[in-house]
Amino acid sequence: MIVAEQKPLEEIRRMIIPYERVLILGCGTCMTVCDAGGEREVSFLHSALRVAQAKSGNETHTFSEYTLKRQCDPEFLDVLDDKIDDVDTVLSLGCGIGVQALAERFPALPVLPGVNTSFMGMAKELGVWDERCAACGDCRLEETAGICPITRCTKGILNGPCAGTKNGKCEANKDMDCAWVLIYKRLERLEQLEKMRRYYPMRNFRAIPRPKRITSKISVDVVDVGEDNG
Amino acid sequence: MANSLFEEKLNSNEFLVTTEIGPPKGADVSEMVHHIDLLKDNVDAINITDHQSSVMRFPSLGGCLLVKERGGEPILQVTCRDRNRLALQADLLLAYSRDICNVLCLTGDSIDVGDHKEAKPVFDADSVQLLRMIRTMESGKDMSGEDLKGALKFCIGASVHPEADFIEPQLIKFEKKVAAGAQFFQTQGIFDLASLRRFMQYASQFDVRILAGIIVLASARMARYMNDNVPGIIVSEAIIDELAGVEKGKGLEKGIEIAARLIKTIKEENLCHGVHIMAVGNERIVPEILEQAKLPSMPTKAQ
Ligand code: SF4
Ligand code: SF4
Repeated sequence: MIVAEQKPLEEIRRMIIPYERVLILGCGTCMTVCDAGGEREVSFLHSALRVAQAKSGNETHTFSEYTLKRQCDPEFLDVLDDKIDDVDTVLSLGCGIGVQALAERFPALPVLPGVNTSFMGMAKELGVWDERCAACGDCRLEETAGICPITRCTKGILNGPCAGTKNGKCEANKDMDCAWVLIYKRLERLEQLEKMRRYYPMRNFRAIPRPKRITSKISVDVVDVGEDNG
Repeated sequence: MANSLFEEKLNSNEFLVTTEIGPPKGADVSEMVHHIDLLKDNVDAINITDHQSSVMRFPSLGGCLLVKERGGEPILQVTCRDRNRLALQADLLLAYSRDICNVLCLTGDSIDVGDHKEAKPVFDADSVQLLRMIRTMESGKDMSGEDLKGALKFCIGASVHPEADFIEPQLIKFEKKVAAGAQFFQTQGIFDLASLRRFMQYASQFDVRILAGIIVLASARMARYMNDNVPGIIVSEAIIDELAGVEKGKGLEKGIEIAARLIKTIKEENLCHGVHIMAVGNERIVPEILEQAKLPSMPTKAQ
């Protein structure tokens, strides 16, 4: 899933200055799971903004709140049609994709990002998420025992550990495991160390020419079959 | 083009001494030139570091040009941290065109340990890929398969960490570097000769030259700091104790003594093919270390 952190309140307060009526919009999917922008966080942020406004005494924003099932999918945005007429901006607590989906769907509406979208990862323990995939477009987890060197090694190197690893940790961050120590240990356990002995050439960054578009194979096949038959 | 002077010496089986100079932070190269002049006739080659510890400095290529100008033998350190494959290849072309043919191929320290922590880390290649990149260029092609105008020939080396606390994956990488064409290795700092002996027992099966890295420590505090902050450095407690035992102000003297002792033993016991002295900011003391280790300055260049 996608993991994000809510922006600091002060930054959010600065962003909304030009707008009177602010709709705080949550997302019911990833942002709910990572505690950054689900229904609960929307309501917390709503209260925090009201309190801050009351304290400052010289602002006149009006806030409303709503949480969509998902912000990154156009079909889930339809319910907003009759809500956005009454607001001057949407403060989205969706990930960067959600914010952009809103901007595309509502060309005349200013949208503001309320979270910093950080990575694709998984819950490690309660309230802790770790990055696991950088969407490199050329997955090599088969060669690395299911541990991603591109995301989990600071340098994203492919041919084994650098010399900086110490106590199994990464030279860049003593709290983080060295990806290549993990890969070595797991390959050893799987009796597949020959995979580490192999040479891996430089990555192909064309695997994902940004921005990338993926077309569903299923719908394409259906079309192809149709054309052949036609 | 003939082999570089350094490459000829690598092939000659003599005991080699290299050292390194870290370029200045700024365009005033007078001190570096002074160090080059001081060292060039005392050692077989001088490495110029490439933003060592990810701290932005005068470029290694620029330093190598100065070594050339002053009549020394440079080893260009190239890391993959700051340059993608286009820039790496271009720098190598420039180096070769100026007769800088010895290249030490490194992945490079993480951006996080340096002084520009918000910079974009590149790492388009790693050390093994960089070695292969050079061999590919020597075959007349660039990394996109296009023909290169003019022949190239480099003498390439890499680093290895015999004192790593988890050695097996490091050895796999070492073998990949050998297979990629590395001719020489300058090791990470060696403080415990037992680990060098163990490593050489294993490494002697490969046709490569190993120069043991000797870091000159100036105090116990510096040693502890390096243990905590410099990637890959593991100074043994025995050495730290030895440094801690001297009176204030005598640390560097002790560091020189330790370095000289290590070098002397390595040479006497013929443990490996030479040493690479890293004086980290104290370049001026290298001749003194060689003197104390009783290595005649510049073994072969005399005539
Ligand atoms: S190799 Fe890593 S970054 Fe690439 S797709 Fe697989 S998990 Fe993601
Ligand atoms: S210590 Fe390990 S994870 Fe960190 S940069 Fe080096 S190889 Fe990668």
